[in-house]
Amino acid sequence: MKKLTGLITTVAMATGLFASAAAAEDVRIALVVKALGIGFFEAAAKGAEEAASELGDVEIIYTGPTDTTAEGQIEVINSLIAQNVDAIAVSANDTDALVPTLKKAMQRGITVISWDSGVAEDGRQAHLNPSSNALIGNMIVKLAADHLPDGGDVAVLSATTTSTNQNIWIEEMTKVLPNYPGINVVGTVYGDDLADKSYREAQGLMQSYPDLDAIIAPTSVGIVAAAQAVADAGKIGEVNVTGLGLPSEMAGAIESGASKSFAIWNPIDLGYSATMIAYNLATEKATAEPGASIPMGRMGELTLDETNSGAMADPFVYDSSNIEDFKSIF
Amino acid sequence: MNALLKSRESILVGAILALLALIATRFAGFVAPANLAAVFNDTSPLIILALGQMVVILTRCIDLSVAANLALTGMMCAMLNVVYPDLPIIVILLLALALGAIMGAVNGLLVWKLDIPPIVVTLGTMTIYRGIIFLISHGKWVNAHEMSPAFTAFPRAALLGLPVLSWVAMAVIIVMAVVMARTTLGRSFYAVGGNPHAAVYTGINVGKAQFRAFVISGTLAGLAGYLWVARYAVAYVDIAGGFELDVVAACVIGGISIAGGIGTVGGAVLGALFLGVIKNALPVVDISPFWQLAISGAAIIIAVVFNARADRTKGRVILKSAEHAQ
Repeated sequence: MKKLTGLITTVAMATGLFASAAAAEDVRIALVVKALGIGFFEAAAKGAEEAASELGDVEIIYTGPTDTTAEGQIEVINSLIAQNVDAIAVSANDTDALVPTLKKAMQRGITVISWDSGVAEDGRQAHLNPSSNALIGNMIVKLAADHLPDGGDVAVLSATTTSTNQNIWIEEMTKVLPNYPGINVVGTVYGDDLADKSYREAQGLMQSYPDLDAIIAPTSVGIVAAAQAVADAGKIGEVNVTGLGLPSEMAGAIESGASKSFAIWNPIDLGYSATMIAYNLATEKATAEPGASIPMGRMGELTLDETNSGAMADPFVYDSSNIEDFKSIF
Repeated sequence: MNALLKSRESILVGAILALLALIATRFAGFVAPANLAAVFNDTSPLIILALGQMVVILTRCIDLSVAANLALTGMMCAMLNVVYPDLPIIVILLLALALGAIMGAVNGLLVWKLDIPPIVVTLGTMTIYRGIIFLISHGKWVNAHEMSPAFTAFPRAALLGLPVLSWVAMAVIIVMAVVMARTTLGRSFYAVGGNPHAAVYTGINVGKAQFRAFVISGTLAGLAGYLWVARYAVAYVDIAGGFELDVVAACVIGGISIAGGIGTVGGAVLGALFLGVIKNALPVVDISPFWQLAISGAAIIIAVVFNARADRTKGRVILKSAEHAQ
């Protein structure tokens, strides 16, 4: 369907070159996600549509590869360049691999920003962090520590060894660990964002560290798999699974008690803000430079730091008290 | 011939035992009977799929769509369960088998009637099946709290100390062993793969046999689909992503010849167990995750080298008496 739309647009442009020069066209913003079919990004697309209807003259192209690879994203971005979109907002599968392709896009006059998972500075004009990495790093260990007043052993179940997001958060978490005396991080394992591998890694953690008190999984696939592994091992109450997850996916784990609480920012807000920023940069209502403020509609303003990146908001904690309200939203 | 097959399997048994001994030196708890049962349980879906793949490979074909078939069947079962939470598990099981069989039949028909190379057919259907999951689910997950308790409880219910998932795998092993060794259907797969031209002269329809192989592979993938989704209590587009390569690897390790006609149920099961032991051991032996992929790959190649050496037939000396006479 998207290809068809692209084709029709191309044909329309070829046949009506004169007409299109005169008519005011919609600003076409492509929201490129890590992979299609992930609840988090579907929610972000909803936010983008919300921003589009608020702005009026915006067309959202929601796209991405079918698996979380940089190669897939490069293909998608190349086809967007060929379609000559106005802006690309990308959540990257790899920090560096997308840079040459995105540079090419910028040379053609396309506004490029990254959001959620960033690309290197050369490959984008601005980057929107859902929250600040330091706040997230602190939050994930705080979530575990809040339920361990006397301290205890915790382990980290991450996505892949090369996931930009997770590696930064774990790094930030390590920095603030001294603020949580008694919390002992015994290891970091990688579930590759596959349900079966994450499940197996969580089982492995419980076997390797029989005294484990909490598993921190800063990835939505990992946290669900770990909660299931803990429930199957009969260790609910013994091992608390926490980290970053989606309310709709974690409702069962909160209900069973395998997870006491977890956090996430609001992906709808994130897609909304990314669209607003892309729009303001593409229409030259704002410029991306260190210290600049870019308006984000109802989300306020994004202040860029020296690397042209900024944070949207604090992560939000979900537990048994509010999960019912949020599980049907995203 | 029989002795040769036996020796190939005994090499594999030896390799698995050596692997277990090696793991035990780093993490003694791994070889505890309860943990070994857990490893078998975890490997059950791989065993089920490897047995289906074995039949397909025996007929000189390959089925790359098994993981996508598993994911689509799993998603359909999960979505059905959300809409009709009271549907008995037996109905869901039968439906999973039927759905899987239909998807296998599509592969089989394309190979049989249109004569398209199996690798092309199944690469195509692999993508189509994943695409259909995306279409029917709109990219949404089916989560644990949306599934009925009975739906997720079935594979983990304990029966005589083992989960149902393990018993299902054992039942599939037994049925397949009987089919492959004792029925004309099973023997026809060997005949078709061993020498298709000779098979035609014995009255076997090669295309039809390949079609049947795909149906068997699809049916088993469908069965594994429900079990997988119920076990991990989640269904989404990407479940079992890349699993088809594990399945083919299990067959190759198990000594099933990619050229067709050679392979046993025991080999496929041992090949799957070999991979299962590695997958389950890597998280507990405290090896850097950066090395894990390389180690998995190396283990596969070593196993295949062993198999290839065991498989090598000695050249026949046809002038032995003349040789002696000199």
